[in-house]
Amino acid sequence: MAITVHCDIVSAEESLFGGLVERVIASGQLGDLGIEPGHAALLTPLKPGPVRIVKQGGAEEVIYVSGGYLEVQPNCVTILADTAVRADDVDEAAALEAKKHAEQALENQGADFDYSRALTQLAEAAAQLRTIQQLREKLGKH
Amino acid sequence: MAVGKEIKEQITSVKSTQKITSAMEKVAVSKMRRAQLRMDQSRPFADKIRGVIGHLANATSEYRHRYLQERDVKRVGYIVVSSDRGLCGGLNNNMFKRIATQAKDWKAKGVEVDFCAVGAKATLFFNGFGGNVLAATTHLGDAPELSSLIGSVKVMLDAFDDGKIDRLFIVHNRFVNTMTQEPVTEQLLPLKAATDDSLKHHWDYIYEPDAKEILEGLLVRYVESQVYQGVIENNACEQAARMLAMKNATDNAGNMITELNLLYNKARQAAITQEISEIVSGAAAV
Repeated sequence: MAITVHCDIVSAEESLFGGLVERVIASGQLGDLGIEPGHAALLTPLKPGPVRIVKQGGAEEVIYVSGGYLEVQPNCVTILADTAVRADDVDEAAALEAKKHAEQALENQGADFDYSRALTQLAEAAAQLRTIQQLREKLGKH
Repeated sequence: MAVGKEIKEQITSVKSTQKITSAMEKVAVSKMRRAQLRMDQSRPFADKIRGVIGHLANATSEYRHRYLQERDVKRVGYIVVSSDRGLCGGLNNNMFKRIATQAKDWKAKGVEVDFCAVGAKATLFFNGFGGNVLAATTHLGDAPELSSLIGSVKVMLDAFDDGKIDRLFIVHNRFVNTMTQEPVTEQLLPLKAATDDSLKHHWDYIYEPDAKEILEGLLVRYVESQVYQGVIENNACEQAARMLAMKNATDNAGNMITELNLLYNKARQAAITQEISEIVSGAAAV
């Protein structure tokens, strides 16, 4: 039986793969990498693309990752996969979107009208009115 | 019979409310299970990445990343994670109360506070509460995606990079069990590097291309994954709290129906008795 090494492919949202593998082939930022058991410790970013793993027994599996990081340690290989395509301009656009959303939410209160708050305020006002009326009646009687 | 008509109507209306609340309870139960599963699935990533960062921080000791450095605190940032919808008991309100006290404490120390709101309820809270809201994300749904959080997190990280905030916290509800959820505040930045002795011995990665760049990217992803985990956990809390609130509502509606039924029967009986006595007295008069 071929020598194997433990491999985990995890993303922030779920675990994509975990098990013994004979070889991992991924596209690193500086070129394609083939990792076999006994590889030196390594850390590198990955480009978006498929990761090919040869599982114990020779079966192959291909998992697509949209970038991430590959970590090799003597006894395990870990791929920290991104769930979304990452690029500085895309991130920037998302940040701007979040800022805009905050401004909108604070300025434009009418659009997302807070009914529960309005209802409590209405109830408070009604209660106050009732109290005033009761007080008036009391005073009127005396 | 005219006597019990109002009561009968009230019973029908309470019954239909009960149906809604019990349906919501059942939905919350199944959603909570899925949310818990999601919570467990996202954990390995954070664990792995924490291990790598701990190692990197120890290996490249001559270079201290700004996310690992303590600074004088002049301004702090809070990422507040709430639910999008209501009807989940005091879940959000308990958390908002806690934020209000913490914000007051910071202000007493002369420290300004910036916020980032995640979830519709947090946005609404800051509408009333005031405070400087830098970013907002709402309507994440039942299966939140990391990609919808990247923007908000980046706004806060940029603020940290520019020196606008000196510390970054996240506030969310922690899922203790289905009956108990409690609001927690965790410090995201600066990161406390793990001082694990097993990492101190001499071996190092081969870095392709550069240790600094890798650390930079990994730290951002780490913070994002922490926020994501907070959102996922808060989602599980929301469903659990809703389940409990709806169960109580259903029970209360049941009690109300019993009381109303009793009232209805009494009124009916009184009406019958009255009718009989009228007939009897009428017959006696003849």
